[in-house]
Amino acid sequence: MQRYIIIRLLQSLLALWVMSLIVFGLARVTGDPIDALLPIEATLEERETIRRNWGLDKPLHTQYLVFLSKAVRGDFGNSWKWQGHTAMGLVLARLPATLELAGVAIAISIVLALPLGVLAAVKKDTLFDSVGKMVALLGQSLPAFWLGIILMWIFAVMLGWLPTSGRGGISRLILPAVSLGWFQVAVIMRLVRSAMLDVLDSEFVKLTRVKGLSEWKVIWKHCLRNAAIVPLTYFAINAGVLMTGSVVIENVFVWPGTGRLALEAIQARDFQVVQAIVIIFATVFLFANLIVDILYAYLDPRIRYQ
Amino acid sequence: MAQVLPESVPRSTPDGIVQETLPSRQFPGIPLFILVFLLVLPGLFAPYLAPHNPIRGSLRARLQPPVWVQGGTITHPLGTDKVGRDILSRIIYGARISLAVSLVAILVSGVIGTALGLMAGYFGGRLDALIMRLVDISLGLPVILLALVFVAAIGASFITVVVVTTVLLWARYARQVRGETLSIRERDFIARARVAGASHFRIMLRYIFPNVINTLTVLATLQIGAVILLESALSFLGAGIPRPTPTWGSMIADGRDLIVVAWWIAMFPGLAIMLTVLSLNLLGDWLRDRLDPKLRNI
Amino acid sequence: MTRHIGDVILQVDDLHTYCFTRWGVVKAVDGVSFALRQGETLGIVGESGCGKSMTALSLLRLVPRPVARIVQGRVLLQGENLLDKSEREMRHIRGRRLSMILQDPQTSLNPVFTIGNQLLEAIHIHHKGSPRTLLSRAINALSQVRVAAPERRVEDYPHQMSGGMKQRVVGAIALSCEPHVIIADEPTTSLDVTIQAQYLRLLREIQEETGLSIIFITHDFGIVAKMCDRVMVMYAGRVVESGPVRDIFNHPAHPYTQALLQSVPTMEERPERLYAIEGQPPALWELPPGCRFTARCPYAEARCEQTYPSSFAVGVDHTADCWRLQEA
Repeated sequence: MQRYIIIRLLQSLLALWVMSLIVFGLARVTGDPIDALLPIEATLEERETIRRNWGLDKPLHTQYLVFLSKAVRGDFGNSWKWQGHTAMGLVLARLPATLELAGVAIAISIVLALPLGVLAAVKKDTLFDSVGKMVALLGQSLPAFWLGIILMWIFAVMLGWLPTSGRGGISRLILPAVSLGWFQVAVIMRLVRSAMLDVLDSEFVKLTRVKGLSEWKVIWKHCLRNAAIVPLTYFAINAGVLMTGSVVIENVFVWPGTGRLALEAIQARDFQVVQAIVIIFATVFLFANLIVDILYAYLDPRIRYQ
Repeated sequence: MAQVLPESVPRSTPDGIVQETLPSRQFPGIPLFILVFLLVLPGLFAPYLAPHNPIRGSLRARLQPPVWVQGGTITHPLGTDKVGRDILSRIIYGARISLAVSLVAILVSGVIGTALGLMAGYFGGRLDALIMRLVDISLGLPVILLALVFVAAIGASFITVVVVTTVLLWARYARQVRGETLSIRERDFIARARVAGASHFRIMLRYIFPNVINTLTVLATLQIGAVILLESALSFLGAGIPRPTPTWGSMIADGRDLIVVAWWIAMFPGLAIMLTVLSLNLLGDWLRDRLDPKLRNI
Repeated sequence: MTRHIGDVILQVDDLHTYCFTRWGVVKAVDGVSFALRQGETLGIVGESGCGKSMTALSLLRLVPRPVARIVQGRVLLQGENLLDKSEREMRHIRGRRLSMILQDPQTSLNPVFTIGNQLLEAIHIHHKGSPRTLLSRAINALSQVRVAAPERRVEDYPHQMSGGMKQRVVGAIALSCEPHVIIADEPTTSLDVTIQAQYLRLLREIQEETGLSIIFITHDFGIVAKMCDRVMVMYAGRVVESGPVRDIFNHPAHPYTQALLQSVPTMEERPERLYAIEGQPPALWELPPGCRFTARCPYAEARCEQTYPSSFAVGVDHTADCWRLQEA
């Protein structure tokens, strides 16, 4: 178990390191890194300062080591666009908003998708199942940002029930969270359904019925616990997808999170901030993975005792 | 849509009675029809099909609603945007980008992924471990952010979009092809080919590759939808094909700010994306049932 | 210790269980009747696919729905027809009065719960009591199947146990509520020979202690010889011959039974499956009107293809369905 988690941790760290290489490399492979690091409007003076600060006169591997050692300490330099702020400070200030949005989206998707997936499997080949399949299929074919805009149009513009954008209070959270979670609902529901179908076919389910257990307990205790493992692995893969999906949704709903910051930074060619965001996202992703791994081990004792 | 139990696979009941069920999916006629008329024809013949210039509009005709809404005209059946460009024409031209990006990205990532997957599965050992580690890493990368970094560093362009998409997609091909190669490698005809003195390269190309084509077809069909969604998200964020080239994603971005006064600007390109991706998914499901029922969850 | 064989406890009359598939109606169980006495062990033998397991699941009313349905017949457990019971009433009967040991111990236990949990669950359905009394019951059930150190074992997960041990736990679960009848569906197929022998001995001992009636489903005549009082041979959904074990071994009347017995080489080296008989059983969705064994039968005549033979008595309590017996 510990070994398993350590291996997974090392893998994530490796991915993080690759990200740092990409971030570092991209700023440099395209000619003079200064061009990538600074907006075109930057003065000669600023260019010189950056060149010295980043040690760009030194060989590439030294530059990378300097970058890495600073990055490990969370130092990505100062923001160009937001003068007087460090890149990392900006990102950390915006992170809670993004986590809030992603967290609610995850909660929505689980609360909806688990029972729906289970019911679809139990009522296989009925009308309920077909409707569920259709919803899942639609969910995977909708662009989230478009769904967000259409929901905004219906519920904020036409019906006037909910505010269009911004952050604060549950009413402003509903639309972005639903838009972000929709795709996940579709995917998780489908995974739960197929995992449940496999489990329902298994011998141990037959044994629980032989024991005289009620169908309710057979399904929600014995089957679900086994079936939950599959969507959970998916979740590990898609925690990152969810985070990046928030970039799109935050921009639709003008949600003041890191996704919005990322786009603003890119439009201003504020590369320090972009670097900080990418690394932070990768780190959050790493943690999400680790949590999922631990949960996974909790759900499946075969892993716990390895 | 992937299901763990494809309808065509026999499920055994107690006593080993095989409960055969035939593939229940019908031929996806409507999806194919939609694909041809929404993606392929407009993508190939946009200049001949579009009624108006997609880039230059007339300010006199700005913000016109679709024809069936009061104030709409037949000249602009789906209405116009804030600078008077015809929505229908822009959707037709937008199909070009979706088609081009998805085909190029699928081709490039397919070739890279298949080659690496074949090598990983065939040679095994350290090469396999290395490639599979790369696959894991690349599947774990936050794609859209990566795209944004690319765009910040080297600017938005067709190439950027293809590179970003490829970084994401090659790994899925590699993983799938490797899995299949592992099992094909053990089969008799491979051993025979080896005894006959065929080179590794030849075995991979002439003996193993033909056996993974079905899988690749299914995977590619299902992936085109994913590429179109990704491309539209990038365009929506301004990180896709630069303006003024019309893309479905950037059209939705235009419509976002005007959703209060002109819902049609965002609505129609979004419907185009949805219908296209939906059709591709249905087609892919059908192909999978036909060609490769053991493919799951991709 | 000898066993006392009492009154009929379970009687099955003309049971039909069909599967409704895309290919047509599969007559998995097609008119099976038998009676089981208290303390008796009845063997059901046949090739895989002959309807043995489907018969067992029908008794418990656990046929895979919605594909399979019990279409006709009666299952009388201590005089009550189980086919008339509501699902709720059935749940009180399953485990408590009629229970089952499943084929594959590797997959019959839920991997994510401790065996204690799964055992307690079974007990808890039918018995109320403080957690402590329930736990001691669970531990008793484990020691009944000779699991060493049961009080520690309850904390274990299935993957921490060997196959033989798991099968004992499956047995403990089935026996924990002291059922009157237990169906053992090839409980030893996946165990190796020594463990198999131990397990069979254990079942015998438990039977002697509790007066349990056992329906023993197997494809292995060697096990039948060791375990059963009477045996019933099934072919393509029907019982073709039934009678006391000794009688059937000495004077098998039905050609199928004869072929089955010939295909058992010696008691020591048993084949995993009975492949020795030429040909395949008929597809259950396109059964011939006459005797189902015709195609593989060395003595087949014209009338065998036309009409299904009636049951002929060949000895005391020994019958077989074969036209050849009419003359005898």
